[in-house]
Amino acid sequence: MDKAALADALGAPSAFGQSQFAFMRGNAFEARVKADGGAELLRLAHRKLDPGAEPPQEAHVPDLTAQGPDGRTARTALALREATGAGGWTLLDHPMLALEVAGSPAFLEPDAVVVHPDGGWTVVEIKSFPMLDGSADPAKVGAAARQAAVYVLALESVAARLDPAPRVRHRVLLVCPKDFSNLPTASAVDVRKQRAVTARQLTRLTRLQDIADTLPEGVCFSPELPPEELTAAVEAVPATYAPECLAACELAFHCRTRSRARGAVTTLGRSVRAELGGLSTVDDVLAAARGEAGDPDDPAVAALRRAAALRAEALASAGRGSACH
Amino acid sequence: MSLIATLARLEAVRAGRAQPAATVRHRHLSERPLVLVPLTTAGEAGAPLGALVGPDRHAPRLLAVPQPRDRDLRFAFLAELADVVLPYIDSCALAVEAAERTETDPESGKRVKVEVELCADAPQLIVPSRAGIDFVRLLGRSMRFRRTAEQDPQTPHPAPPRVPLLGRWLTHFGERARVPGSSLLLALTDVLARHWTTGQSSLEDQHLGALLAWISPPEGASGAEAALRAELARDADGQLECPPAGPATDPAFDNKLLAPAIERYDRARTALAAAEDGLQADDRLGALTAAERGIRALVEECALPTWEKVWDGLDLLRALPEGAHVEERWTRDRWSFTGHRDRVLAGEPPQPRRDDAVTAANKLAAREREQARLEAQEALDDPLVMAGRRLAGEAFAGEVTDVVMAYSEGRRPSPRPLVTVRTDDQPHLGERARVYRSLDGRPQSAEFVAYEEDGAEGTLITLRILDKMGRGKEPAAGSVPDKGDRLCFTLFEHEQRGGAKLPDPEQTPWTHGGPPDEESAPEAPDPVTEEDVL
Amino acid sequence: MTAPAQETAFDPGMAATRATDAILRDTLHGPHRGVVVDSPPGAGKSTLVVRAALELAAAGRPLMVVAQTNAQVDDLVVRLAEKDPELPVGRLHSSDADPYDKALDDLPNVRKSAKTADLAGLDVVLSTAAKWAHVKTDEPWRHAIVDEAYQMRSDALLAVAGLFERALFVGDPGQLDPFSIVGSEQWAGLSYDPSASAVTTLLAHNPGLPQHRLPVSWRLPASAAPLVSDAFYPYTPFRSGTAAGDRRLTFAVASDGSAPDRVIDEAAESGWGLLELPARYTPRTDPEAVRALAAVVRRLLERGGAAVSERSPDPAPLTAGRIAVGTAHRDQAAAVRAALADLGVTDVTVDTANRLQGREFDVTVVLHPLSGRPDATAFHLETGRLCVLASRHRHACIVVCRAGVSELLDDHPSTEPVQLGVTVKFPDGWEANHAVLARLREHRVGWKP
Repeated sequence: MDKAALADALGAPSAFGQSQFAFMRGNAFEARVKADGGAELLRLAHRKLDPGAEPPQEAHVPDLTAQGPDGRTARTALALREATGAGGWTLLDHPMLALEVAGSPAFLEPDAVVVHPDGGWTVVEIKSFPMLDGSADPAKVGAAARQAAVYVLALESVAARLDPAPRVRHRVLLVCPKDFSNLPTASAVDVRKQRAVTARQLTRLTRLQDIADTLPEGVCFSPELPPEELTAAVEAVPATYAPECLAACELAFHCRTRSRARGAVTTLGRSVRAELGGLSTVDDVLAAARGEAGDPDDPAVAALRRAAALRAEALASAGRGSACH
Repeated sequence: MSLIATLARLEAVRAGRAQPAATVRHRHLSERPLVLVPLTTAGEAGAPLGALVGPDRHAPRLLAVPQPRDRDLRFAFLAELADVVLPYIDSCALAVEAAERTETDPESGKRVKVEVELCADAPQLIVPSRAGIDFVRLLGRSMRFRRTAEQDPQTPHPAPPRVPLLGRWLTHFGERARVPGSSLLLALTDVLARHWTTGQSSLEDQHLGALLAWISPPEGASGAEAALRAELARDADGQLECPPAGPATDPAFDNKLLAPAIERYDRARTALAAAEDGLQADDRLGALTAAERGIRALVEECALPTWEKVWDGLDLLRALPEGAHVEERWTRDRWSFTGHRDRVLAGEPPQPRRDDAVTAANKLAAREREQARLEAQEALDDPLVMAGRRLAGEAFAGEVTDVVMAYSEGRRPSPRPLVTVRTDDQPHLGERARVYRSLDGRPQSAEFVAYEEDGAEGTLITLRILDKMGRGKEPAAGSVPDKGDRLCFTLFEHEQRGGAKLPDPEQTPWTHGGPPDEESAPEAPDPVTEEDVL
Repeated sequence: MTAPAQETAFDPGMAATRATDAILRDTLHGPHRGVVVDSPPGAGKSTLVVRAALELAAAGRPLMVVAQTNAQVDDLVVRLAEKDPELPVGRLHSSDADPYDKALDDLPNVRKSAKTADLAGLDVVLSTAAKWAHVKTDEPWRHAIVDEAYQMRSDALLAVAGLFERALFVGDPGQLDPFSIVGSEQWAGLSYDPSASAVTTLLAHNPGLPQHRLPVSWRLPASAAPLVSDAFYPYTPFRSGTAAGDRRLTFAVASDGSAPDRVIDEAAESGWGLLELPARYTPRTDPEAVRALAAVVRRLLERGGAAVSERSPDPAPLTAGRIAVGTAHRDQAAAVRAALADLGVTDVTVDTANRLQGREFDVTVVLHPLSGRPDATAFHLETGRLCVLASRHRHACIVVCRAGVSELLDDHPSTEPVQLGVTVKFPDGWEANHAVLARLREHRVGWKP
């Protein structure tokens, strides 16, 4: 579903989009990393993950083209099986993996998977943010690690069907530009945590069918619908807006407008609710703070009133000397 | 978020404009700050696109890089930036005053006072947002290891000496900005958000246009409406009416305006290079100059609204009275500035890529100390901040209801008066807990003795005053509170003790890898490879 | 002689002895400058520290002991004096008011001073890391023991490591991490990141040091060790020192059928109890939850509990001193204390996770850190906090919690930033919380107060 087009049609366009400079640079970097049959990439994998293995001489890069996602998934599984017993270094460029998500198969396309001489498999993530003096933006590395963890789980489901099951390594290879250059450098990232979290999430994920079941019959998100119908359709999907959404989702401005209209205090940040107890709207909180509503024995209400009184006292005393008078 | 801050946010929603988060200004503002509005190229590390910079609101210097991926043009930009920033820094480095500093005498190992110079003022750099501070650090890092022709005659792209020097200064500013309460390098969004609470989230407060829209919405509009316009409104061309405060630009700007302009520039340059005679070259040079002017105009168009907003924001902040302790913290900034000036003059090498173990630990300790100092000073300077500490049980205010003279036991009894304060606050006081009040700007300590509920009238807290009463048997005049005084005691200390001295780097213990390599070689410059330019 | 068949059976006492012997061998006779010992909750860390101290002293090696808080130092001093009243011990203290526990004044061979010079020549000198950092010496100590080393920051170790030649580092990796009040991201990934734990830095620079693990928890019962080990120590598992039938908790007064009584019975039977209140967003000091905690504590006392264990085959009464209430925040602890006082219950320890670290009780009643919260912050997800709260008991742990925490966790998926080069600390707070809740749900008693 094209969420950006949907947001435009709802009248709450997002500030999203990608600069063509970033896009070109990202593509050029990935091409550079995989140039020469992935020689540089395998060299990095050897040095950062598996220095004990024989150095890669000649990379084996199998052809993974096939018809449709199912065909490509099958082709990838076959290539993985062949490479595992081959005893050398193999690079799978844009393989396709399938993972069961909420009862439906989801197809995933990692940047690359490396098969080691010992038969182990490693996920490779190629990103265009820099590693400057060995460190990189932790938020971006975290996102890359979570993404890689999904690939690891998908690979494990492929491995589980082989006998003996090959080892899927839990340290993935993150490849980024070095410092201010366009030269690739890499770092091993331990994704055991992200893998455990993702595995738990997959078991807890509301089945997609369950989400669909709660929707009114015939609900449809086509951006061509008239805005009122479209709004009604999107409203039918439960979603909790928080400011963090603004950086992550094309529909966030739409959700923010709805959230503001409801007067939800979490529009101002999730942490705002922390000490408000059962109070969840701006009106309720202000009424409680002013003594117009709310149970004074509720600690949240009592604390609000103390806060309001202290704030009023401080503002009234401002300009009349120091903090203590 | 404290409940007082939460309440202020909700009141801002209700009122449609920002509410005060402070009653005084908690950061120093220079009379003549240097404002820097940088722009960068998407997807590239440390490839500036341009900047508006300068200490004069009405005369910003426009710098632009017509092809950001061209290394030579990038270097020319940095040299130009140095031409603006370094004279500004130098203007502060010359005027000095005499000051004293305590140092350890290397011969005797004793602490002795030495006479030193302290710069009378320090430069102040203002960038629009937090991302601007990161960009200053990135620029500093990209410049300070550059080699000059003098250092390395073989270097293929020698830098003018002022470029690595600017790199060292920007690095110093970037590091100092990590010290709580410092004002050498400020992000305007952070300073504004410290003083006003808007009706949006702190995440959205990082958008300078939206933040200012809440603080001073235009006539007839609510803060929310004005902020929404600042975030999303676009002109007929699809361009944001309020461009982002940078350094990142809007993708629509990149794709629709900048990319075609850069392409025109590239074409004109190729054409010029292929010119076959002088006449043709003149013509094509004209086209190249026009293409370059086009990019400069775009950069200016993109940065000028932010430039204006930064100065507007500074005006708003200047209207607040300065907090009592701000001057003291600025003096620490002046020490920091003077120290770096002296290191540069002494010919010390640029700051290393990474701190050694001892330096890192010393910096962390200093910042923790400054954080505690800042929290205490802001509360003492500002009743609104103190209100938050009182709500948290870390301070209490009230009226003195009783004073009973008492004395310490021993050969020479000293005054230890018992003071009872009635308060509505609920401080978390443990047995014999220490509390402090400000007495003529110095902390006087007292010891918690007893609580007594006073019905609806609040709580009676009895304290024993411990110090600042002089040496005599009778306390010095004015040093003991009187009945009826309104006082405020804090559970936190007002002044910070220095931490333990760490070993010298040469004495780094085995647990931390031992001493760094003997006379480690100077940091190598970043290798320049053909691959840098795609 | 051990028969082959018995070798496969796990003998906790033997396993612990083997571990301790190896630790002492490496400490006293090994070639390495440092030895690291990981100790899960209740695995006999203090016993090990005291024994190592006595053996080092007996070997004539001047010893300094570094602990993190004054209470920990005083506790070690008392334990040392109990084991060997003749041993000359120095307690180095600060010059603040009340710098040490007055109980030390009754110990004839313990000398107390704020100056190192006064303590020169004593076999063992103990103090806090903060105080040791101010000590200067030309003659380093031959040996040091660093206690609670995982709670010590790297920069604190940097300040004291010059004082000793060799050291034994002991601590529990599962408890609360040290923290810094300012950002320290710029050093993340550096081996000597000053805000990391002392052990992290030590091992990054000295990867060859022997690392030992105390394999048996003597505190946690057989019912608790697997849960705590799986959730908080997934890569360094441990076992309980006692078997399923070794500990019994019984009550003279039968259940009155109320939810508090039923959850008490469930916990007495299985070691765990979850008293689940209806889902609701509440302030931190949720009055209903606070009352529920107090009600459970009162019933524990009223019903005349008796604990049978390998320590006391005769039933020992479950007194107020053997019960603790644990919370995440100080204001919650204060509210519970007030509620207990209203019920006339005194002498029950009520404190935050930070302050319960290192302590042990028969029964603990815990307010779940996420109960009633509308958001799950990093603070509340920190595994160390939950681990401390869930591992203080010898018999049973009762958790009081609002329903809906699993859903809250689902709404706040773990999106932690990742720093390159930082050794991953396990487990993830989000995952550990889910794991613990899934297990607690098997012991659920619902209550609508």
